[in-house]
Amino acid sequence: MSTVATPARPTASRQASGGMNVKLVNRIVIYGLLALFALFYLMPLFVMLVTSFKTMDEIQNGNMLSLPKAPTFDPWLKAWGETCVGLTCAGIKGYFWNSIKMVVPAVIISTLLGALNGYVLTKWRFRGATLVFGLMLFACFIPFQSVLLPMATILGSVGRFGVTLQNSIGTSLGLGNSTVNLVFVHVVYGIGFTTLFFRNYYEAFPTELVKAAQVDGASFFQIFRRIMLPNSMPIFVVTVIYQFTNIWNDFLFASAYAGTGDSMPMTVALNNVVNTSTGVVEYNVNMAAAMIAALPTLLVYVLAGRYFVRGLMAGAVKG
Amino acid sequence: MSTVATSQIKLTPEHARPRASVRSRLQDALPKLVLAPSFAITIVFVYGFILWTIYLSFTNSKTFPSYVISGSRAYQRLWGWTFDTDPPSSWYTSITNMGIFGFLYILICLALGLFLAILLDQKIRGEGVLRPIYLYPMALSFIVTGVAWKWFLDPGLGLEQTLHQWGWTSFHFDWIKNKDFVIYTVVIAGVWQASGFIMAMFLAGLRGIDGEIMKAAQIDGATTFQLYRRIVIPLLRPIFLSAFIVLAHLAIKSYDLVVALTSGGPGGSAWLPSNFMYEYTFKRNEMAVGSASAVIMLMTIVAIIVPYLYSELREKPR
Repeated sequence: MSTVATPARPTASRQASGGMNVKLVNRIVIYGLLALFALFYLMPLFVMLVTSFKTMDEIQNGNMLSLPKAPTFDPWLKAWGETCVGLTCAGIKGYFWNSIKMVVPAVIISTLLGALNGYVLTKWRFRGATLVFGLMLFACFIPFQSVLLPMATILGSVGRFGVTLQNSIGTSLGLGNSTVNLVFVHVVYGIGFTTLFFRNYYEAFPTELVKAAQVDGASFFQIFRRIMLPNSMPIFVVTVIYQFTNIWNDFLFASAYAGTGDSMPMTVALNNVVNTSTGVVEYNVNMAAAMIAALPTLLVYVLAGRYFVRGLMAGAVKG
Repeated sequence: MSTVATSQIKLTPEHARPRASVRSRLQDALPKLVLAPSFAITIVFVYGFILWTIYLSFTNSKTFPSYVISGSRAYQRLWGWTFDTDPPSSWYTSITNMGIFGFLYILICLALGLFLAILLDQKIRGEGVLRPIYLYPMALSFIVTGVAWKWFLDPGLGLEQTLHQWGWTSFHFDWIKNKDFVIYTVVIAGVWQASGFIMAMFLAGLRGIDGEIMKAAQIDGATTFQLYRRIVIPLLRPIFLSAFIVLAHLAIKSYDLVVALTSGGPGGSAWLPSNFMYEYTFKRNEMAVGSASAVIMLMTIVAIIVPYLYSELREKPR
């Protein structure tokens, strides 16, 4: 790593001491390093962004770092509405909506369950609560490969049952629908984390308030609705952002359970677009598609960065 | 960063009421009933499925699951391939890659994260701008990261080409197409994605250190370097542990990054065990072998996580 070693300049007369001189050099080195790393982190995004606004001609003959000479929005339009994902050439818009349809219910259900679980585990302790929590917490850390296959088998059987229902009563009740499957999978493997978030948050919530309400005759759900929920806004934001980012970005479950056909989520579709081997590779369209896939989570990060970080930290420094 | 303080206060209604009506008994059981579905789901879909996978790994399942136990054939094949074959098998490649990737990824992320956090902690003007720049990759999916870096590292399009155009024509960087080096490109992209987040963890840790301790050390004449080496870094030990856990866990799960960045690399040379598992289970119809590899992955994680969780969840003496 090359440091930006600026030779110590002859100091202005006001900086009499040599100490000041060293300090100045230090500052320059520190800022130089920080700027260099900022470049490292920004570079790929920058390249992706400028490439997505270039024509193919300019990409083949130009420099990847140069700004587009004649910015065009066409690659974005093509990525959204026309590019081929597998054999279907209708752009990625359908898959974008697939992801939305999967993310919204999965986030809502897993967050609410997490809130209830956290409430029970902290304010209605029972014998074995720590064990129950420990078992749920460990579930957050398993490599999902160790449950991938049984889940595929079960979802397969449920799907066949759905077809039977479809044939006999005219509706499959959503059984076997890929989006429904993914919502289910993400809820199942997400509640560990959401429970962890809410448990740690409610742990610090004054138990006296709950006790007092109980003495006043408030029921389990009344306390939850009237006392816990109104005070849970920050942790809701954190949990929702965390779950949203994770589920939106998931690729493993998506490719295992909805890896083909029209029901693919965004990440799988993007991978198909980029790794397709037929015809000329349209890099600008690929980059535009990648940007579109990244936008929702980037947007969340920009709008609520503080909570985003807190979510990551809570998920990390857990336990 | 709350610890698991197990509060002593029990809120279960005092069972003083003499006539426990059905209604009040229901009220007592309500909290457990609310928790039950989530717990049941976890038991079935996490622990039940793990047992199922372990069972499958002892069968000779191919394309479809078979439930006839056939001993540890799958494991013998895995390890047989590992040590007896020449050229190296894909399982051997996968675990070697896991070693290289895991070691470098964790080490560089920790070092870089700590380094950046210390730099940022020097009362930097513009910290508010720099921090989000370092951290945003964590918001991206591995697929997007893979796509971006694939382009950036492609010899014909990315960095190499750019430097050639700038006149440095002897510059050569084709790791992404080289079967011996492709795993290092995965390290680069992985570090790019996670190091900013590790920086944020360390920065939070640094901000939590009592300023008085630092002042005292400075008064005693400690140089900045000594200050960090002897005082600050030892104080950050818990953060190192948490960051290690996060990174180890991310490393073993990395699957998407290899797929998007390298499509597995030339001849599967960039595979990690997660890619091996997926390929053997779903594409090569070797379900038992795939399951065996998943079990080995799980055991690795168990060895790292369980002691950690145990020490965190243990009732702390007060």
